[in-house]
Amino acid sequence: MLLQIYTLWKREVVRFVRQRSRVTGAFLQPLVFWALLGVGFNASFRPAGTPGTVSYAEYFYPGVIALVLLFTAIFATISTIEDRKQGFLQGVLVAPIARTSIVMSQALGGTTLALMQGIIFLLLAPIAGVALSLSAVAATIVIMALVAFALTNLGLIIAWRIDSTQGFHAIMNLILLPIWMLSGAFFPAAGAPGWLAWVMRLNPMTYGMAALRESLYLAHPGSLGSLPDLTFSTVLTVAFALVTYLAAVRVASRAVAV
Amino acid sequence: MAIASAASSASRAELPQPAPEPALEGHAINFFYGERHALNDVSFSIARGEIFGFLGPNGGGKTTLFKVLSTLVPCQAGTVRILGRDLRRERADIQRRMGVVFQHPSLDDKLTVAENLEHHGHLYGLRGSRLRARSAEMLARVGLSDRARDRVETLSGGLRRRTELAKALLHQPELLLLDEPSTGLDPGARREFNDYLAHLRRTDGVTIVLTTHYMEEAERCDRIAILNEGRMVAIAPPGELKERIGGDVVAVRSAGDPGTLMARIDAALAIKGTLVDGTIRIERQRGHELVRDLVEAFGDQIESVTFGKPTLEDVFVHLTGRRFFIEGTADSAGE
Repeated sequence: MLLQIYTLWKREVVRFVRQRSRVTGAFLQPLVFWALLGVGFNASFRPAGTPGTVSYAEYFYPGVIALVLLFTAIFATISTIEDRKQGFLQGVLVAPIARTSIVMSQALGGTTLALMQGIIFLLLAPIAGVALSLSAVAATIVIMALVAFALTNLGLIIAWRIDSTQGFHAIMNLILLPIWMLSGAFFPAAGAPGWLAWVMRLNPMTYGMAALRESLYLAHPGSLGSLPDLTFSTVLTVAFALVTYLAAVRVASRAVAV
Repeated sequence: MAIASAASSASRAELPQPAPEPALEGHAINFFYGERHALNDVSFSIARGEIFGFLGPNGGGKTTLFKVLSTLVPCQAGTVRILGRDLRRERADIQRRMGVVFQHPSLDDKLTVAENLEHHGHLYGLRGSRLRARSAEMLARVGLSDRARDRVETLSGGLRRRTELAKALLHQPELLLLDEPSTGLDPGARREFNDYLAHLRRTDGVTIVLTTHYMEEAERCDRIAILNEGRMVAIAPPGELKERIGGDVVAVRSAGDPGTLMARIDAALAIKGTLVDGTIRIERQRGHELVRDLVEAFGDQIESVTFGKPTLEDVFVHLTGRRFFIEGTADSAGE
């Protein structure tokens, strides 16, 4: 079983690396986002509920890390749809491998790719004005892995149900991007109107985002403002990752090959 | 596994045995896509070592049957036993012993030929030096040793099909299941591929089950089952099916209304034909004499008359009353 998961995981990674446009696209897009939005909003906006020392560009930086994870996870799940169209998945489905293992390999593949991109983006922390310690980097990598795993599974739940990449893009804009936008990545819940703050509180990604911020600022939590507690956020993120995995397995087990 | 199967085939040859278990057995298989009854009470039994073909037009049900047998879709109703195991309860065990060749090769374009085989081997529990040896052996057998390091996206359709075959045979399956294996191959490559399947059965004793809509490919099977609109209309060796028609097939195209001409032929010669897609078909002994009689009596009303020994297409028309190729696809019309 481990050999099966390993081999499918390895394939995902090799495939990704061989498609250079995917590698640069997944990295450059959030970078451009951050540069334009972060710098553009910087002069006009101060994130509500944070100490005055935090600029918008700095506030937005962890949000962009989450966006990098989201984009890479999305690209990884798009490859699931391609596999189905090109027939590769058929070969896997008739092999003596459990659907739980197939989904695990896909989720781990997406997580690995997202993590590689996330770590590269983490190197930009000093530019954003975030001073990192070794423990902060370690904690951030763990949280990034959890968040990426959950997001990949979320993408897989959708990818196993539909058979066109166009359909996937529509659903991505409708579900995945709002989940990111309303997680505190873009603006803090503190400044949002009551109903929106509630939506944000119910969004599981909010806790992944909070955990990400808290692990980044592990050494100086003072510059964070009001956020859910790190332990609480981490536990909820683990739960989020687990629930999405089980849901993806469920969808994949019911899915019938094209 | 290799030792066990060698021993059992040896004992089968030497000792009188009770009737050996079939390689593949289906009983009352039914399959629905929503309202559409794609498979209607299909039953068959395929012996070990047999080359067996499911022949039918597109939409006849053979692809659905392939999906059920290959474990891609669940068997909704009926029972299937493959290599002595129940498809519902012993699925993984069947999957390990069966090789599947898809119509659209299940290869990863971005990976090399060798990498594709490596991943496949891992999925079936092969690893390390045994996997490398097996992979090299299979590539040599299908003549792809020099392309092992090339990406699949650089291969031609015929070479991809061979890679797919090497992949399906990597884990030494006892049964090989192929969906339309020669689609997209030119006639030469198709013949070569079928030659290899025959060779494989001879040397390794692999049971080969394929779906096809090529008459030429069906002719090379030991037995075929003809599927039409989800039902199995015949199951027999191709030669026997053709003999059932008896005699020759004369096809007449009328210059005017074919129905009128058919009635006139019946009135003058007391011969009943059948009308299939505007062509009058008559099955008859000594068909050449009929051709002469027809031309003499109705020469001015006939556009063309063809005469020939029955083909499998004639068998299909005989059994179903409709032409095999409804759309008349370019690559199949000439068959």
